[in-house]
Amino acid sequence: MKKILSSEITEKKIYFNRRQFMIGSFSSAIASLSKDSFAFHDSEKAVQDLNLKNKEVINKYEHIITYNNYYEFGSGKSDPFNNSSKFKPKPWEVKIEGLVNKPGTMNLEDLIKNITIEDRIYRLRCVEGWSMVIPWQGFSLSKLIDTVQPFSNANYVQFETVLRPEEMPGQKRNILPWPYLEGLRMDEAMHPLTILSTGLYGHDLLNQNGAPLRLVVPWKYGFKSIKSIVAIRFVGDEPETTWSKVNPREYGFYSNVNPNVDHPRWSQATERRLGEFKRRSTEMFNGYEEEVKSMYKNMDLIKYY
Amino acid sequence: MKLHLNLVKKFKPIIFFILLMPSIYWFIKFFTGQMGINPIDAIIRELGEFSLQLMILTLFVTPLTQIQMLRNIKILRRMIGLFAFYYICLHLTSYIILDHFFNWNFILKDIYKRPFITLGFLAFLLTIPLAVTSNLYLVRKLSYKIWKKIHRLIYIIAPLASLHYYLLTKADKKEPLIYIIIILILLILRPIIYFSKNESFPK
Repeated sequence: MKKILSSEITEKKIYFNRRQFMIGSFSSAIASLSKDSFAFHDSEKAVQDLNLKNKEVINKYEHIITYNNYYEFGSGKSDPFNNSSKFKPKPWEVKIEGLVNKPGTMNLEDLIKNITIEDRIYRLRCVEGWSMVIPWQGFSLSKLIDTVQPFSNANYVQFETVLRPEEMPGQKRNILPWPYLEGLRMDEAMHPLTILSTGLYGHDLLNQNGAPLRLVVPWKYGFKSIKSIVAIRFVGDEPETTWSKVNPREYGFYSNVNPNVDHPRWSQATERRLGEFKRRSTEMFNGYEEEVKSMYKNMDLIKYY
Repeated sequence: MKLHLNLVKKFKPIIFFILLMPSIYWFIKFFTGQMGINPIDAIIRELGEFSLQLMILTLFVTPLTQIQMLRNIKILRRMIGLFAFYYICLHLTSYIILDHFFNWNFILKDIYKRPFITLGFLAFLLTIPLAVTSNLYLVRKLSYKIWKKIHRLIYIIAPLASLHYYLLTKADKKEPLIYIIIILILLILRPIIYFSKNESFPK
């Protein structure tokens, strides 16, 4: 049977509106539909979503696939687009390790077969002061964590990016210590907004966006959303993360988007939304304050930046 | 064989045009939307990096004139220097207008609080006396000795500018480091040239 793409039968604006995409409201975050039904691709112009606040617009597909920080492919913004064609995201395996009842190696295709892929339109705020709005496809990390059953003493989760210098030219140089590592506290990892993404704009993730599987944590600076994940490790103590290892004074473990805590070398009060001329004010927790603030209520966010 | 003075003079307008071109090219690209996805960031970077390259070029002139054949390129130095100033001004104006759209409060805080912006701004301030005294009238009026002292400020400005670039880079500091090294080599060359000259022509 020939599949009919919903973008073929629905006018784009209505399509986006109907899906009740969330950008700030958590209640609609659970909008779920199968991956195939979101085969939508608009490379011509940005799509305005009537549900976004402050005249926010979903960034163009070209923006999202050509302007990237992914140092494994080089440190320039267009390096990931230009240097990632050798990378092979298929087949893919993810190791589940550490303080967990069901450790092992998961084949990504098997994993996705049994999971519902959802659409999530999120803001992405880079620590450098630019931002985008991206329509991701993925699933809540909590679903995966529930199935592997971590021990009660697993307080943190560490993630690791693949190490393939032959396919990732940036890894041949010492720009950062490889492989790239990231981490979350267990409650952050279990939060419904935290997703493992497999696609965007209705397409499988491209290599430059972290194919085939990446983390997306929308209330934290972009570098926390680790790409091309090969290992998920459950640990007791706060795990090592790459940027805070390289420069602990500038990049903390938490790295929540916070307009009131500046990066030592530049302000975090404003951001440039790609495609816009004037800077916007940066919102607390990147606009997801209502959803996530309870996790940090007893924390000094200046100390734990 | 020697590069004749008249030949260098003949080439001067062409070099003027070559040095002017990048600014026209970038602004056409910028206003026609061909400067990439983050055009403001891109044009500020291009202007800044080219300023740094022109400053390095002026520092190259003196050592190159030690080669007999190239002695006459000395007359190009002022023009290159003034172009460096022109690009520095465009770089700063882009930061003020395009990046922060006259948000003076923010800009002043930036200059005060961010070491890389402090250094960049200081470097800009120090280029002003150089630009102002770059005409024959003032050269004569000031006496060559004082004029020369003022223009030695470039030995401070160039390292400041390269440090400004180094400090704004997040990781991968290879490029800014290359600029710093080139500038240091060019600065170290100066006393070497000076002393070797004094040795061969003792007073």
